[in-house]
Amino acid sequence: MPSITAPAPSSTSSAASENWRENGFGLYVHWPFCQAKCPYCDFNSHVAHGVDQRRWADAYTAEIRRIGAETQGRVLGSIFFGGGTPSLMDPETVAAVLDAARGSWAWANDIEITLEANPTSVEAGRFRAYREAGVDRVSLGVQALNDADLRRLGRLHDVATAKSALETARSAFDRVSFDLIYARQDQTLEDWRTELTEALAMAEGHLSLYQLTIESGTAFGDRLQRGLLRGLPDEDLGADLYLLTQDLCDAAGLPAYEVSNHSRPGHKSRHNLIYWRSGDYAGIGPGAHGRLTLNGMRLCSEAPRDPASWLRQVETGSAGELPRERLDEAAQWQERLMMGLRLHEGIALAADAHRLDTQALDELVEAGFVEADAGRLRLTSSGRPLLNAVLRRLL
Amino acid sequence: MTDLAHIRNFSIVAHIDHGKSTLADRLIQLTGTVAERDMKEQLLDAMDIERERGITIKANTVRIEYPAKDGHTYVLNLIDTPGHVDFGYEVSRSMQAVEGSLLVVDATQGVEAQTLANVYTAIEADHEIVPVLNKIDLPASEPERVKTQIEDVIGIEAHDAVEISAKTGQGIPDVLEAIVTRLPPPKEGDPDAPLKAMLVDSKYDQYLGVICIVRIIDGTLRKGDRIRMMKTGGTYDVDDVGVYRPAMTPVDQLGPGEIGYLNASIKQVRDTRVGDTITHERRQCAQPLPGFKPSVPVVFCGLFPVDANDFEDLRDAIEKLALNDASFTYEMETSAALGFGFRCGFLGLLHLEVVRDRLEREYDIDLITTAPSVVYRIHMRDGSVQELHNPADMPDLTHVDHIEEPRIKATILVPDEYLGDVLKLCQERRGIQLDLTYAGTRAMVVYDLPLNEVVFDFYDRLKSVTKGYASFDYQMIGYRQDYLVKMSILVNDEPVDALSMMVHRDRAEGRGRQMCEKLKELIPRHMFKIPIQAAIGGRVIARETLSAMRKDVTAKCYGGDVTRKKKLLEKQKAGKKRMRQFGKVEIPQEAFINALKMDS
Repeated sequence: MPSITAPAPSSTSSAASENWRENGFGLYVHWPFCQAKCPYCDFNSHVAHGVDQRRWADAYTAEIRRIGAETQGRVLGSIFFGGGTPSLMDPETVAAVLDAARGSWAWANDIEITLEANPTSVEAGRFRAYREAGVDRVSLGVQALNDADLRRLGRLHDVATAKSALETARSAFDRVSFDLIYARQDQTLEDWRTELTEALAMAEGHLSLYQLTIESGTAFGDRLQRGLLRGLPDEDLGADLYLLTQDLCDAAGLPAYEVSNHSRPGHKSRHNLIYWRSGDYAGIGPGAHGRLTLNGMRLCSEAPRDPASWLRQVETGSAGELPRERLDEAAQWQERLMMGLRLHEGIALAADAHRLDTQALDELVEAGFVEADAGRLRLTSSGRPLLNAVLRRLL
Repeated sequence: MTDLAHIRNFSIVAHIDHGKSTLADRLIQLTGTVAERDMKEQLLDAMDIERERGITIKANTVRIEYPAKDGHTYVLNLIDTPGHVDFGYEVSRSMQAVEGSLLVVDATQGVEAQTLANVYTAIEADHEIVPVLNKIDLPASEPERVKTQIEDVIGIEAHDAVEISAKTGQGIPDVLEAIVTRLPPPKEGDPDAPLKAMLVDSKYDQYLGVICIVRIIDGTLRKGDRIRMMKTGGTYDVDDVGVYRPAMTPVDQLGPGEIGYLNASIKQVRDTRVGDTITHERRQCAQPLPGFKPSVPVVFCGLFPVDANDFEDLRDAIEKLALNDASFTYEMETSAALGFGFRCGFLGLLHLEVVRDRLEREYDIDLITTAPSVVYRIHMRDGSVQELHNPADMPDLTHVDHIEEPRIKATILVPDEYLGDVLKLCQERRGIQLDLTYAGTRAMVVYDLPLNEVVFDFYDRLKSVTKGYASFDYQMIGYRQDYLVKMSILVNDEPVDALSMMVHRDRAEGRGRQMCEKLKELIPRHMFKIPIQAAIGGRVIARETLSAMRKDVTAKCYGGDVTRKKKLLEKQKAGKKRMRQFGKVEIPQEAFINALKMDS
C-alpha cells in the first residue's frame, strides 16, 4: 500500500468523501498513563509519575489543529478521552483539548463528550471539574462487584469505593456508563447471575460487559502460558455466561446493541458507533489510530506508541503519527464487515454486496447464523457468539 | 601394513547412556590420537541427529596407536556400530568385521535389553568379550551385583571385568591393556591372495562423494586399483585409501586385518550395499563373504507435505535423502484426503523418525505422517499372495482367503515391581509369552508379539508404565495368520483414507473407540456438530460426536483495535493452511499421527 502523508486537495463529491456525514465524525484522544498496569490490559498504557500536563495539553492542541486543517468544514459529533487512565488528566488539560476542538470544527448540537474514569475517590473528586470543562458522559471501569476478584484483576479500588464513585458521577454527568469483566477465574453461572443482577439495578442507560480475554504480552498472558492461570471458564461455560448475560440484560431493559455493549433506548455510545459503522475518526495521542476519508481515499493513521517519542515529535513541529496507509476497497470491505457485524443492526449491503462469498453466505443463512434482508446483513442471536467464525467464513 | 599380531579390531557394545561414546572419546584422547584442542564430545557421531539423540546411525571407525606394556605399539581399530534394533543387520556386519567387543555396562543400572541383543550379535560373530563396568565413581554403583547379573543373564565370565569411569578417566589405561592382552589379533590373511574385503558401511561426503568403510580379509587394497562390488556388480577406480584417526588420513595400502576407508568416486550410497564383498576387477576372489542380505523395510507410512504446494520440494528432498540411505524406500502415493505424497518404507520406527526429522530439518518441509503400517501378506482365493503396505490398498474381501501379519520376538528387561504392568501391556497387545526369568530384582520377559501392535506406541507405553526403567528389543520371527480387518474412520460421514488401519478383529472396537475419542479432542470445533465414526466395511463399530462451536467472538473491538484484529483474523485464516479440508471439516496436520497414540 502506498504511504500518503499529505493528500492533494481535490474536489470530489463521491459518496466515500461524504462518509463522515453518513457514519459520523469523532475525535479520539489517548492519554497513555496509568497509576498501575492491570494484568489483563493490552492497551497502550504506561506507568509514569510527574507528567508535565502543560506540555501534553499543548501537544494535543497542536495535533487537533493539524488534523482540523485537513478536515475543515466538518461537524464534530463526539469526543472520547481513552487510555491509559484519562481520569488522571488535570481538568485544565481536558479543557484545553476541548477548546482546541471547538476552534477546529463546528460542533453538533448533541455532541457527546466521554471520558473513561477509574472509580476511585481521588478521581471522583475531579468529576465536577470535568463536567465544567464540557465532559457530559463518563465510562467507569468498575470491572467487578466483588473485592476478591477486583484484587485478582489488579484493580486499585474496592466495591464500596466504586459504588460511591458511581454516585458522584451520576450527580455530575448527564450520562454514566460502567464496565464489568466477566468469565473470570472460578466464576460460576450463579456468581455472575447475582453480580449482574446487582449491576443492572445500579445501571443507568448504558453498560459494557466484557468477557475476560487473555491477550499475549500481558501479565495474564504470561501466566497462562506458564500454566499458572487456572480456573478460566471453558468454551461451554463461556457460552453459557454469555447467554445468561443476554437474558438478564434483555429482561432489565438494557439489551445488547453490540457484542459487549448494552443500553436503554437512546443511550448507545455515539462515539463508539462511529467505529462500528466505519465512520471517520481522528485519533491523537500516543498509539492512537484514526480512519479518515479524504479526497475519496480511506486512510489509516497510527501514532507512535511511546509517549516520550510522540511528545518530542509533536513538540518539534512534526505530525504525531506514522505515515498513513491507504485502505483499498477490499480492505475497507473487510473492516466494514468485521466492525459492522458486531452491531445488532448489522451492515447495509449496497454496491459492495458482490464481495460476499455467496456460497458461504448461503450456508451461514441456512445454518441460521446470519440474516440477509431489506438490504442489510446481520447476525442472528445464535450467530452473534460465533462472530469470528462467521467472519473467517465470509472473508 | 601392520603385522597381524599387533592389530586389534573391536567394537563397543552398550546401552544408550551407558557411556559408549564417552569411553570412545577417552580412548582416542588418552592415546593422543586427537590433539587436546580438537577434542569435542561424541567425536564419532557426525550427524546432528546422532549427537542430539545420543544414538549412532552410521558405523564409524577410528585407528588408535597404543604403545602397550609389552613394549610393542599396537594398532587398535574401533568400529562404532549403530546400536538400535532397527539397524540390526548393519550391526551384524560391523561385528563380523572385528574380532572382539568391549561390553560396557553402567554399574549403577545393570544390563539392558538393547545390550543383550547386541552382545548376542557379538557372540554370534565369535567375539572375545571384555566386560567393562562404567560409572564406578558414582555412589550408586554396584559392580559386584552387575558382574553377577552379566554372568547370569548373558552367560559370560565377568569376575575380571574392567572397572572404569569414562567421565573421570579412571581405569581407561586398563581398558587399553585389556584390548591388547585379552582380545585376539585378526585371523591369518594372505596379503598376496586376491582381494577380499567387506563393505562395512558407507556414507556420503558432500566434497568427496561416497566413502566406504572396509575391512580387508585377504589381499591388499591400493590407490589406483580397479575394484568390483560382488553383489551389485559395480566397478570403480580407487582414488584413495586411508584410515580414520579420526580425521581421514590417506595410507599407501590396506592389508589383511586392517580397517580403513576407500574413496572411488561412487556417486550414491545406494550403489554400495552393507555386507557386500569388494574384490579386484581383474583378479577376483573365488567366493564372496557369507551373510549378505539386502535390506528389507518393515515399517511403512505415508509422508505428505502439509502445504500441497510443497510436493515438488518433498520429492526433491526424498530423492536426495534416498541416494544416501539404501535401506529407505519410497513410491508416490495419492490420498483422497491428503493429495500427493509418498509411501515410504523403513527399517523400523527409529529409522522412520530419523528420516522424517531430516526431511523437516535439513529440507525445511512440514510433513503429515500417516499411521505406520507393517507389511501384511494377503493370500487371495486364487492362490496368489499380495504384499500390503498401505491399508488403503486393501483388496476386495470377497477375493481374500486369509491374511498373515509379521510377528516379532520381544525381549524386555524390567525391575520386578513393574512386571505386572509389562505383562498386562504385552497381553493387551496380543502377545504370547515365551519366557520369564529373573536375574536379581529384574525380570526378563520374552514375548511373541504382532509387529503391528508394537509399531506405533508400544515403546512409549512401555516407558510410561515402567517409569522408564524397562528396556526393550526385538527381532522379526516370521509371519502368522490372524483375523485382521481394515478399519476405516469417517469424519462427518466421509471416509478419511489416511486414517484407515489394519487391526485385529477382537481389538477393533477398542481401537475404534479410542481413535474416535482422540479425534474428537484433536479436531477443533466447527460451526456444526461432527460425527466421528470407526467402521469395518459398512458397519459402524464406534462413534463420537464433536459438539458444534459455541463461542468465538472478540469481546472488545474499538477504533484502536481494528488493524490488530484484522491481522489476527488473517493469521487465523493462515493457520488453516496447517489443516486439511475433508468435505466441510478441517483436520489439523498433527491429528493424523496423534490420533493413533493410545492411552492404554
